[in-house]
This record gives sequence, C-alpha cells and structure tokens, in this order.
Amino acid sequence: MEFFREIRGKPWLESEDAINNAQLGGSIAMPPVRLALRIFVAVVGVVFSLSVVAYSDRMLLADWKPVPEPTIMWLNLIVLIASSVAMQWAVVGARRDRSSQLEAGLLIGGACSLAFLAGQLLVVRQLDALGYFAPTNPALSFLYMLTAMHAIHILGGLFVWARTVFRLWRGVEVEKVLMTTELCAFYWHFLLALWLVLFVWFVIT
Amino acid sequence: MVDTTPEKVENVSPAEVPEADLYHAHSFWTKYVFCQDAKVIAIQYSGTAVVIGMVGLVLSWLMRLQLGFPETFSFISPDSYLQFVTMHGMIMVIYLLTALFLGGFGNYLIPLMVGARDMVFPYVNMLSYWVYLLAVLILVASFFVPGGPTGAGWTLYPPQAILSGTPGGSGLGIILMLVSLAFFIIGFTMGGLNYVVTILQARTRGMTLMRMPLTIWGIFTATVLALLAFPALFVSAIMMTLDSVLGTSFFMPAIVEFGEQLSYGGGSPILFQHLFWFFGHPEVYIVALPAFGIVSDLLSIHARRHIFGYRMMVWAIVAIGALSFVVWAHHMYVSGMNPWFGFFFATTTLIIAVPTAIKVYNWTLTLWRGDIHLTIPMLFAIAFIITFVNGGITGLFLGNVIVDVPLSDTMFVVAHFHMVMGIAPILVVFGAIYHWFPLMTGRMLNDAMGRFHFWVTFIGAYLIYFPMHYLGFVGVPRRYWSMEDTSFIPDSAADLNAFITVAALIVGFAQLVFIYNILVSVFKGKPSERNPWKATSLEWQTETVPPGHGNFSKELPVVYRWAYSFSVPGTVDDYVPQNVHPNDVKLVSPEGK
Repeated sequence: MEFFREIRGKPWLESEDAINNAQLGGSIAMPPVRLALRIFVAVVGVVFSLSVVAYSDRMLLADWKPVPEPTIMWLNLIVLIASSVAMQWAVVGARRDRSSQLEAGLLIGGACSLAFLAGQLLVVRQLDALGYFAPTNPALSFLYMLTAMHAIHILGGLFVWARTVFRLWRGVEVEKVLMTTELCAFYWHFLLALWLVLFVWFVIT
Repeated sequence: MVDTTPEKVENVSPAEVPEADLYHAHSFWTKYVFCQDAKVIAIQYSGTAVVIGMVGLVLSWLMRLQLGFPETFSFISPDSYLQFVTMHGMIMVIYLLTALFLGGFGNYLIPLMVGARDMVFPYVNMLSYWVYLLAVLILVASFFVPGGPTGAGWTLYPPQAILSGTPGGSGLGIILMLVSLAFFIIGFTMGGLNYVVTILQARTRGMTLMRMPLTIWGIFTATVLALLAFPALFVSAIMMTLDSVLGTSFFMPAIVEFGEQLSYGGGSPILFQHLFWFFGHPEVYIVALPAFGIVSDLLSIHARRHIFGYRMMVWAIVAIGALSFVVWAHHMYVSGMNPWFGFFFATTTLIIAVPTAIKVYNWTLTLWRGDIHLTIPMLFAIAFIITFVNGGITGLFLGNVIVDVPLSDTMFVVAHFHMVMGIAPILVVFGAIYHWFPLMTGRMLNDAMGRFHFWVTFIGAYLIYFPMHYLGFVGVPRRYWSMEDTSFIPDSAADLNAFITVAALIVGFAQLVFIYNILVSVFKGKPSERNPWKATSLEWQTETVPPGHGNFSKELPVVYRWAYSFSVPGTVDDYVPQNVHPNDVKLVSPEGK
C-alpha cells in the first residue's frame, strides 16, 4: 500500500479492515538502507542550504570582499564530474555482472575523488599564497568552511567506497556489492550536485 | 440495534525473520555495554539522560538558592550563577529531554509498538548512543577546565558568548559546549535515521501508518523535525567555533573589549539568532510532540476509551511539526526586526494554537464518559493537560509582539517556557515511566511512593511557576544574579523569590523519592501481570515480559485493528489487542453472557 493512500486511512472503520489487513509492512518501495541514504542526503542538504543562506545574508554587510576563483577550481570540478561518471559506470558494470568494469569504475571513481580532494587543498594553498587569509575576509571564510565540509562528506563516502573495493578484492560476488555500489554512486552524484551549486554560487558572488 | 459482530476474516500469514537477520550478543560486553538491542540502548540513553538531568536539577537548586537568599552563599558568584543558568538550560533541553524522548522512549517503544524485531540498523543505533555519551562527557568536562563552562546563556548569543567578559567565553568553556553540541547532533542523526526508517519500512503485517499508536506518530514527527532542525544548530556551532578559534567574523561585529579593539569586524550577531531559533523553536516541538503522542495513549488506555478523533490527532501532530518551522523569529521580537516581519511571525505563532487546541479538545473528549482509572500514569496525564494549557495560554501573550516586548527577558518568560516545555513534558515522562515500567522490568512501581511523588511534583510545580509569572509582571528580569536596590521592584518580590526557592527544593527532593522507588522496585517491586493496564498495543503482547531478544516469538504479530479498541460494544473484554484475530475476539452471546 503506498504511503499517501495509507495516511488517508480510517482505521476505526470495519469496512477498511480488509485493505488494512493486506498491509505487508513497509510504506515506501525501497530497501531500508536506500531510504536511509536518501534521508541522510536530505539532512546534509539542509546543512548546506542553511550555510548558503547564511552566506547570502553575510554578503549584504559592508566588509564583504569578493575573492578570485583560482583556475584549478575548474579543473577540480571536471575531476569530480569524472568521479561521478566513473561511479555510474561501475554501477552499470555491476548490473551486467561485469566484475572488471565494476572494479575499474570504482577505482577510477575513488582515484578521481582523491585527486579532487588534493586539488581542493591546492586551491587553499594558492589563495594563501596570493595573500588572501580567511579571518580577514568573510567570503574566504565561507569558501574555506564550505569546501572543508564538502571534503569531509567525500571522505565519509570514500570510507564506504574503500570497504566495497576491499570486499571485491576478497572475492565477494558482484551481486553482493551491487547495492553498495549503487548507493556509492547515488552519494557521489549528490556530492557532485552539491558542489555544482556551491561552485556556481562562489563564481556568481 | 446495529450489529457489531465482526465479519469472518481470512487468516494472514505472519512474517518470519530468518535467524541470520537477527543480531545476537555473545558476551557480557556485547550484551550489556556495546549492545545493539534497541531495548538496551534505550536504557543506556535513559540512564545517561537521567544522570546528566540530575546535574541540571542540582544547578537549578543553586540558582534558586542565590535568587531566594542573595548574599548568603559566598560560593555562588555572578560568574558561576551565569554558568549555572547556561548549563541548566542546555542540559535540560538537549541532553535530558531530547535524548530521553527520542533516544530513550524512541528506542524502547518503536520496534515493539510497530511489531519489529529491532531497529533496522542496530550497529548504527549503538554508535548513536556512544556518540551521545561522548557529547555528554565533553559537556561535563567543561566544568573542569580553567574558567569553567560557558555562561553565555543557553542561547549562546554572540558576540558575548566568545568574549572574555563572559564566563568561559575566552577559554575552553564555550569551545567544549559547541563541540559537544556538534557530537550530540551527529549521534542523534544516526539514531534519527533508524527511528524514521524503522517506522516507515519495518512495521509488521497489518500495521498501516494509520493503525500506529499516537506515541509512534509523535516520536516519528519529532524525529523528522529534529533531522531538519538540528542542522541549523550544527552550522551555527561550526561557524561560532571558527569565530572563536580562528578569528573569523561570521557572527562577530567590530567590537571594543575593555578598551581594546578586537580583530573581528563586519559579522552579524542577528544571523546567529536566526540560525539558532530556526533550530530552537522546532526543538520545543521535538520535546512536545513525543509527549503529545504518549499522553494520548496514556489517556486512552487508562480511561478505557478510544482516542477521540484519531485521524485529526495525527494530522494535528504533523501540522504542528510543519508550522514549527515558520515561527522562529517570535523569539527575536526585541532584536530590532522590521515590524512587518514581527507581524508575520506573530500570525504564524497564533496559527499554531489551532492544531494544538484540537489536541487539547480531543484529549478532554477522550476522557468524556470514559471509565477513568485514576492510576498514577493517568494522574500525570491529566496534570499534563492542565499544565500544558496553562503554559500554552501564556504563550499567546508572548506570541504577540506588543505584549512580548515589555515581558521580554523577564521572569514571565521563564515561567512560560518552564510550564510548557519543562514541566508539561516531564509530567508525561513520569507518567510514561509509571506506565511502561512493568513492561521493562516485570515489576510494578510502589503505588504510595508514586502518589506522593505525583502530588508533590504537580502542586510544587505550580507553587514555583505561578508566582514567577507575577515576578515577571512587576519587571523582575531573568539571568540576574542579584536585584540589589532596584527601585522599581517591590520588596515583596524578594519574599516571593524565597518562597519559590523553598518550593523548588521540596519538588527537587521529591524526585529523589521517585528515583529511590525505581531502584527498589527494579529488584523488590510487586511482580506485575503480563498486561497490567490491559492495553491493546503490541508492546504488551510479547511472549515474555520484559520482552526478550528479538521482541516477539518466532513469528511476528499480525495486526488486525488500531490501538484504541477499548470498550467495544458486543465484546466480553473491554479491550481487544491489535493482534487478536477477529475470529478469536470473545463476543457476548445473544443471551447477554
């Protein structure tokens, strides 16, 4: 029984008993872990949304000074897109039971993610070398904070990614890592979407 | 006459959970310490929350001693008084009530009431508790660092929260508070995901969403609220930590402290207030909604009557939850906001009174013509309704800008929020503990001690907070260590303060009787029947009481009706459990036997 039909129920009516008795348990047609990841992603989305709202509110104050975006940020974006595509490629491989494609996709996705993190560190170092220092400039404070928060979430994803790769190396069947791979890919797409929003926000402001 | 005989119903095959899917503890450590069973985790959460809550209670005694008898206790300095105020508020709201309702009652009741073996992610659930404990330990550690804990007030408003003039402001006190909050939120998110997903996906057969007890609806909605509201506190905690440690200026404006120009500049303290209250107001309902749900079940069970307007009660819970996100700025009327902004938030605040009033009417109508049993849980439930109405009505005063402005930062506000989100939910906590203690231990709490505890707590709470409203009316401000010679405050205010302090001490000591009752009854209490309150919900239909590992026997229960089948016409017993097959319901014979 679907969620919206359920919440219109009138449990005190005997005429609805047959329908209610047929309820098999869950309200949303997806495995618990998939639903949990979606809810987690929503929570992370709220964290970043509120940060962006705070950013836009803080921008209105007099001491706001725009910061140049180092070129490497564009490169980082491309690398992050590549990691997301690679993860999706891994999912396709897992669904078709092609272990070599799955492994290659996961490895490329993970490597690109690590490269992205390294690139983000370079951004900070470049800005530092250009004489920008976070405490003196609120725009930079936000850029550093949001970059760090995003990076921490990628590190969290890499923890699950590492476990999946480790299981594959131990010879676990493709079918058994399909769900984890799909979840990794979903999470990577979300982190890419999140970074796209932040990146566009940094560029236009 | 209407024929109430149920039609014959086909058998529904019960769901079975393979043994391999269940978590099994293999040692003392995994059974009692690092345990993944939600029932044990619930007790761990509750025990920790009660212990830290006792610290909060002692802090309130110290505050009251200073207010009631100023210049008597040399160890209570202005700084330490502010630290007591801050830590008392934060402990009670976050580390006691939120943890107890969601981590404690949520963990114990969700799997049992929805007919599940356990939470869907037991390992993450266990981690949730340990991260919560870490948060509590970090908070407690702040009492022992140089300068002591923060004294910034539980709202932690910048800029004062991280300035050296505020107790704990320039040292580790404020940092530990912010770090502790961040860990609390991380831990809660782990638990919250479990609560929501278990309720949505792991219910037993026949348990539709609209057959769930209102306790579960309250905990579910509060968890959703918390998952969406805590991020605001998380973000503000991170930003304030950066302001304090790295010298950024998210919230800190240009400021001169003790004649010295600080390096901060341009930050917005009001931005923090918006973020804080975007969390802070839903927090009221994170505490209140589980209480609403639990009290609905207590009233129905102990009045032997179905809850009045079940569906309306569910939607009222959901509506209150949704509205709680658009009222936050009513905590900021004196921050200099645009009057139209204030008008908007006053309007939304008053609109919340509508679904809330629906709930109060429905609770009252549940009692109407019920077979009311004045058991201890019922006494606490009725006391909740009275107290919640009293606290809610003063909320109507404070929700209006023009009334709020003169009352802002007075004892009236303190009285209001203690009645509505302190005393009222705590009364439900007590009622719930008296109600479910037999399920958790197989023994009853001592009735005489329970009634003593109830009456002293209930009457005592009114002796504390009713006079406090009057103190607020005459202008006694909150958070003041001493009134000294304040000309506009009459001398009688000091007498009233002394009276409130005596009442607070008596009520506080009555809680020791409650704790003594629990400790004694766990081991020597009168053995309870399997279902002493003759309740219909699934937690009382387990194979053993207390419920064993995996909650139910090999087969999960199958649900055939809602949780409020009390005094059903034509049936022999005055209640029909949710899992009794319609063909097995004992009916009165045509001769009336």
